[in-house]
Amino acid sequence: MALAKSVAGCDSLIVSGFRDNVRLEVPPAASLEALRKLRSHAGLDLLVDLSAADYLNYPNAVHRYGIWYVLESVETGIRLVVKTWADDPDPRVDSVFDVWRGADWMEREVFDLFGIVFEGHPDLRRILMPDEFSSHPLRKDYPLRGDGERHNFHALSREES
Amino acid sequence: MGLTLADAIAPPDGSGHECQWTLNFGPQHPATHTTLRLVLNLDGEVILKATPDIGFLHSGFEKLGEHLDFNQYVTIVDRMNYVSPVANEIAWHHSVETLLDIKLTPRCQMIRVIFAELMRIHDHLLACGAAALDLGAFTAFLYAFNQRELINDINEWATGQRFHPSYTRVGGLQRDVDDDWIGRVRSFLKGFPAAHADICRLLNRNRIFIDRCKGIGVLTREEAINRSATGPVARASGVVRDLRKNRPYLAYEAIDFDVVCSQDGDCLARYLVRMEEMLESHKIIAWAIENLPSGPVNSNVDDRMVLPNQLSVYRSIEGLIHHFELNMTNRKWQPPVDEVYASTESPNGELGFYIVSNGAPEAWRARTRPPSFIHFSLFPHLAEGHTVSDVAAILGSLNIIAAELDR
Amino acid sequence: MAEGGIPVAIEREPRDGFIVAKLDELASWCRKNSLWPMPFATACCGIELMATGASKHDIARFGAEAFRFSPRQCDLLIVAGRVVMKMLPVMQRIWLQMPEPKWCISMGACASSGGVFDTYAVVQGIDRFLPVDVYVPGCPPRPEQLLQAVMDLQDKVARTGTILGREFQGRESPEGPRSLRGELDPSRQIVAPGNFRSSTRAWSLPTVAGRPGA
Repeated sequence: MALAKSVAGCDSLIVSGFRDNVRLEVPPAASLEALRKLRSHAGLDLLVDLSAADYLNYPNAVHRYGIWYVLESVETGIRLVVKTWADDPDPRVDSVFDVWRGADWMEREVFDLFGIVFEGHPDLRRILMPDEFSSHPLRKDYPLRGDGERHNFHALSREES
Repeated sequence: MGLTLADAIAPPDGSGHECQWTLNFGPQHPATHTTLRLVLNLDGEVILKATPDIGFLHSGFEKLGEHLDFNQYVTIVDRMNYVSPVANEIAWHHSVETLLDIKLTPRCQMIRVIFAELMRIHDHLLACGAAALDLGAFTAFLYAFNQRELINDINEWATGQRFHPSYTRVGGLQRDVDDDWIGRVRSFLKGFPAAHADICRLLNRNRIFIDRCKGIGVLTREEAINRSATGPVARASGVVRDLRKNRPYLAYEAIDFDVVCSQDGDCLARYLVRMEEMLESHKIIAWAIENLPSGPVNSNVDDRMVLPNQLSVYRSIEGLIHHFELNMTNRKWQPPVDEVYASTESPNGELGFYIVSNGAPEAWRARTRPPSFIHFSLFPHLAEGHTVSDVAAILGSLNIIAAELDR
Repeated sequence: MAEGGIPVAIEREPRDGFIVAKLDELASWCRKNSLWPMPFATACCGIELMATGASKHDIARFGAEAFRFSPRQCDLLIVAGRVVMKMLPVMQRIWLQMPEPKWCISMGACASSGGVFDTYAVVQGIDRFLPVDVYVPGCPPRPEQLLQAVMDLQDKVARTGTILGREFQGRESPEGPRSLRGELDPSRQIVAPGNFRSSTRAWSLPTVAGRPGA
């Protein structure tokens, strides 16, 4: 824990732990630098997971979107969760594409489902939803059953098949 | 953002490509890996650039996870990696039990280990069988499916469903297993090595199979780590990492088994790692079934995390109260308001769930860390420079399950 | 004459060796016993479909083991698994590419009605957008259920006949629940099928009735 904090070299960090996770909260402006240092100096070379959550109406939430990076070291097995945040309107975070190539698709998925833009990502487009889909489905203000997109297709009858 | 697929599939610059053309592979294609699409920029038969287009099976699993509680969502999680269903359930409930800080009974842990390893064999049989089928070896596919039918029968004997049994519950299992089930597992174990040897005899030294797989789709160790590969794909490239050994969960700490790795990183290495892992799983199940602890399979009912059995619900007031507490919609579990990430070594790789909880019995956000999604992002890197016929070999070796890819 | 076979008439003294039967029944008998499936396997039901084709529950007994993956060579579309709205135009295009006579089996709860996935992405039943002949419930259906569906389809083929396109008789409007397209307030319809640059859209194919796609 202390090692990670010193390596990340950032002043405004919050360190917490829950069950067996060690968590580090970093402001978005410093996130790319901190993650780069964690990879090069602390040996956290495996990006296990990268995703986000929408904290709209979450108890005691300060920011709307939280983005987490689960890092692990292959040699030593240490695992660390780094969290940063983004807000409406225009949520933006720096992309870690250059640090871990595995972040490529994971960031595209977060962009697709939440609308968070990753600056520096070379190919940020939708990955799971169709290209012409206009909403971000995993946001809390998007309904589970959608806005009618799933019914909006032409029905083929026998005679025209 | 404005970028569309049309921008991404633009052919790479550079002269000297005389026969440059674009081929659309999928989303409906003979390779048995269902709905994924590849747009290949080709120079004759050589792949210049491969652009995957996915999302043809995106069903909104994670959104459903925000509306279903911890015992209901297991039915959905089952349908993610549909070739090894119980492994997904074990991973999900491992994360939920980490969040709720529940300790499982020894018997439950051992039964879950047996199911996890049976599902590992199940998944690897399909992966190797389908990889062989894509390359034309139909008989190996049939042999593999025959063994899978036996595992389906074992599933059915324990739970009533061959497939997607939704067997695990928070703090325990749906129901305990009986001696007949143990007998079935033993007879499966007796017959499995012979069937495994049959498949090996068909493929391991087969000239055509080796020519089509050796040296194809090479993934180096550094690339594997940088691109977040896990499971057999990473182990075949020399990354010695297996969560059953590195971060033991369930009863794995007490079990003696080896982690199978290779250094080549090509399709043949991935196939051989899977075949060998099946034998290791066989060893684990053989030990576990003989050392199955007795005792209850659900953790302590007084903690109000697990449903009590039916008899106590009808015959005692405590059982009735516990049943009520777990079923009424305004009660159920009260997890802490926090978030946790926990993962297991599923047959395809590291399957983990990042659960954000707001104190309600439904997760606020239930994120799946999908191994197939990450492995498919390796594909453009692996396929560059190879020919169209290698696409089937590489896809088969990565074992992409479309439902886990898209969720 | 074996049970389940077609009625034939054989001459009492077959000097010239004639067997007489109805052409319609002969054609139906040939077609029903060699249904070539187009396995549109999307999800978990696809695995049970593969298991039905494997040795234990052998679909080859019913003449249907030739899983040709090209729609031009198939006559039975088995939709096994959930169909997502991104995949639906692909499925419709494949249906249009299949030559007649053709039939459709909707395998599993997700293809028949959306199943457990009542979400923004999954089509709530392919019969809203495609004409279905047999539905197979289950999640996933056992291979025996799929075989029963194939047998039921064989009965249907024998009953309705296929000469002169008789399987289309009287089926002029879409069957199954009506598509909700057109019933939703336009202001709530967000995705307009207007960007046709993506090649997974079926709109550019001409339809029999000459009706434009939109």
